[in-house]
Amino acid sequence: MPMTISDIRRGLVNRQFSSVEITRDYLDRIASHNPVLNCFISVTEDLALQQAATADAVLARGPGELLTGVPLAHKDLFCTDGVKTSCGSRMLDNFIAPYDATVVERIRDAGAVMLGKTNMDEFAMGSSNENSWYGCVANPWNTAHVPGGSSGGSAASVAAGLAPAATGTDTGGSIRQPAALCGVTGIKPTYGRVSRYGMIAFASSLDQGGPIARSAADCALLLQAMAGFDSRDSTSSEIAVDEYSANLEQSIEGLRIGLPKEYFTEGLDSRLASVIETAIDELRKLGAEICEISLPNTGLSIPTYYVVAMAECSSNLSRFDGVRFGHRCADPIDLEDLYKRSRGEGFGAEVKRRILIGTYALSAGYYDAYYLKAQQLRRMIKDDFQKAFDSVDLILGPTTPEVAFKIGAKTDDPVSMYLQDIYTISLNLAGLPGMSLPVGFVDGLPVGMQLIGNYFDEARLLQTAHRYQQVSDWHLQIPEAFS
Amino acid sequence: MSEWESVIGLEIHAQLATASKIFSGASTAYGAAANTQACAVDLGLPGVLPVLNHEAVRMAIRFGVAIDAIIDHESVFARKNYFYPDLPKGYQISQFENPIVGKGQISISPAEGEIKQIGITRAHLEEDAGKSIHDQFPEQTGIDLNRAGTPLLEIVSEPDLRSAKEAVAYARKIHSLVRYLEICDGNMQEGSFRCDANVSVRRKGDGKLGTRAELKNINSFRFLERGINYEIERQIELIEDGGKVVQETRLYDSERDETRSMRSKEEANDYRYFPDPDLLPVKVSAADIAEIRAALPELPEQKKQRYINALGLSDYNAELLTANRDTALYFEAAFAEGAADAAQAALLANWILGDLTGALNKAVLDINDSPIAAPALVQLVARITDETISGKIAKEVFEAMWQGEGSADDIIEARGLRQITDSGAIASLIDEVIAANPEQVEQFRAGKEKVLGFFVGQVMKQSRGKANPGQVNALLRDKLK
Repeated sequence: MPMTISDIRRGLVNRQFSSVEITRDYLDRIASHNPVLNCFISVTEDLALQQAATADAVLARGPGELLTGVPLAHKDLFCTDGVKTSCGSRMLDNFIAPYDATVVERIRDAGAVMLGKTNMDEFAMGSSNENSWYGCVANPWNTAHVPGGSSGGSAASVAAGLAPAATGTDTGGSIRQPAALCGVTGIKPTYGRVSRYGMIAFASSLDQGGPIARSAADCALLLQAMAGFDSRDSTSSEIAVDEYSANLEQSIEGLRIGLPKEYFTEGLDSRLASVIETAIDELRKLGAEICEISLPNTGLSIPTYYVVAMAECSSNLSRFDGVRFGHRCADPIDLEDLYKRSRGEGFGAEVKRRILIGTYALSAGYYDAYYLKAQQLRRMIKDDFQKAFDSVDLILGPTTPEVAFKIGAKTDDPVSMYLQDIYTISLNLAGLPGMSLPVGFVDGLPVGMQLIGNYFDEARLLQTAHRYQQVSDWHLQIPEAFS
Repeated sequence: MSEWESVIGLEIHAQLATASKIFSGASTAYGAAANTQACAVDLGLPGVLPVLNHEAVRMAIRFGVAIDAIIDHESVFARKNYFYPDLPKGYQISQFENPIVGKGQISISPAEGEIKQIGITRAHLEEDAGKSIHDQFPEQTGIDLNRAGTPLLEIVSEPDLRSAKEAVAYARKIHSLVRYLEICDGNMQEGSFRCDANVSVRRKGDGKLGTRAELKNINSFRFLERGINYEIERQIELIEDGGKVVQETRLYDSERDETRSMRSKEEANDYRYFPDPDLLPVKVSAADIAEIRAALPELPEQKKQRYINALGLSDYNAELLTANRDTALYFEAAFAEGAADAAQAALLANWILGDLTGALNKAVLDINDSPIAAPALVQLVARITDETISGKIAKEVFEAMWQGEGSADDIIEARGLRQITDSGAIASLIDEVIAANPEQVEQFRAGKEKVLGFFVGQVMKQSRGKANPGQVNALLRDKLK
């Protein structure tokens, strides 16, 4: 049975195995399963073993830091000094980052060992991982199905035990949706909780990094290492970081949980609905008080999101022009040609679609109707949540409307693909924290349940998920082929 | 009088004198080897984020306070999107709505005795781009990103200027102000202070503005004047010949003294401005503004009024002295050391603006590098006011001082230039001159007043300029009666 971070730390501190040994184990599992799953874009074997040896030297003197000796993987949009950082794109296939992202730096400072960089939808744009230049990731529960996206490689690698945990990023659901589809636990923190420095931007006002792991307790450990103010990111928060692990065991007696009626409608597969009902009953048994609430503007979140995210990405991706780094077309005849062919060849279809839509939304004459309008709707969506949090402590719903679909099933229908994010994207618009945890199966594929917290209330999310995981074993399931 | 009126507005880019860039910690020093002062943020590497340099904000507010501008409590950075090889991110971080400095005004004096208020629409903060280098690599373009991210304050005037002369007076006034405020070094050769001019013409009395052309990146006051004048003439000729001015960006070519089209409105970019999500709105409190206001140095306008009121200088001299901060500081150094008093102020001003400025210009020297320091010049002026020497002799002394022959007193002593004020000595000189020129004496006595000047000249010549001219005059009249 794959181990959690806590298991590994216990084993390392008690000298049951060394960091080099456990790292070797994971590298071996990657070598045997990655050809099928395609979770990793880069495996940094030499670096991992070197870091593991360093960790062992530290462990010989004492327990070290929070994550000393624990092997982990990074989504391939976190810049890693001296290591290829592709963002799932041909555009950056040749890009060796010359610096570490703050998240990478903090996790390394906490003693972790980097196994490699995980596959993802190109520039984090997608909900299925089919948009990667490096090919789709397979869902470990059924390799004909998608793992979700955009952090599909991270979620699948954790589900299949190729890494105990991995970093992800979430712009509209990119941590929570693949975590749900792969049967693992992931948390998108409050906007500003985790530094975005060195995280290649998709939509700056929505992007947030967070952990994907086997359990809420592991997410707590990893988030502890990642979170906190960073002077290099003006949008990072100076609010003190809670002690996430310290609160986990506390009772949720009297916790008020709201179920948005807009989330439990015909759009939700009824089989998922009943799996989630069962999980809600468990929470009730743990003492939570469940009530119905309303988030009336839920229906506006997808159009709002796609204007804001695409407008921002159209600008964020302008720097990929073939001039200073990344893909450059062969033998450009002039500047115009250099731009057109470098970008034309470097970006995939979905990225181009979003740049075009975003450019249109910001254009003279359309700005007010699209971008400005979307900002107004964004405020209304935020207000919905704020009103709801007047009467409840947490909000609960499904993470996705259905379980993992077949690879290729939605590639010709971008709108149906965008609808996969219906329950997740409103949090990004509001900047709220949310997490997904596994609560059962439909058709042999995992079902995720989403918990939504108030600003900087990650501790309560983790605590509630942890209490549920103490009385359930969905998070301990692993696909047979990878056991 | 021409039937045409020109309407001009200026956009001035003043490079703010911060030690580091506006959104990164890289140095802003000029002249380093290419790309040695460009960090990951300046290069626009994937994943990097801008962090605002608050010193740039403080400098912008200093300017805003100095022009009595409205300063909003919240100001927003926006992205101006366009592709260019020396623009690393594919967008420039600038300000669009909610600039740091709102409406203000400044007075200019385009000619003696003329005062005009010029409106300033706004001043906003932005980052500079890098430089494209076209002449160092055959068939290739080099990119130097040292300048990328350097803070600029873009100062936009209302279209209140009516001639190239007014435009230059306005640009000079802003140039002087930013240097007084110590927010910009004003070095035009290095590009620290650049002007864009929007120029249009219309028939006098026409209420509607004509179509404008924008002259880009002018880096000297002389070129500004010539470029605008060329453009005004071009537009008038065009319209008089039945043509139409098109809205476009034009370049002033100083070698050919002409402007030519760079790009038309149709080719212009749609910049797709939107608030930069990487930066929070800048909050400025009333207390911040008050603190900056309290720390302002004495500004040119205040100095000018003080020179007029406390020192009795003429409006014109006060304006000229205060136009350049260093000149004003030179003038004030004389008072600070107690060397001069208010009575000498007007004379001192004349000497600074006349002989000293002339000598400095001829030698291409800055006033800070003047071979004659302020206290030395005051000593010279004092010898005039105490009648040790005449104004004419003083010019000879000044020349010797400039050549490094010593102080005014030393030179007067060494060359025996002390003025003759002994009436006996002057009277005997006069007697000699009268005796030698009987014809002229007759003419004077016949009523030809002008001949007096001849006698004064002769006496001064005899005394080798040292006789006191006032005394010579009075005594001559007596003796010629």
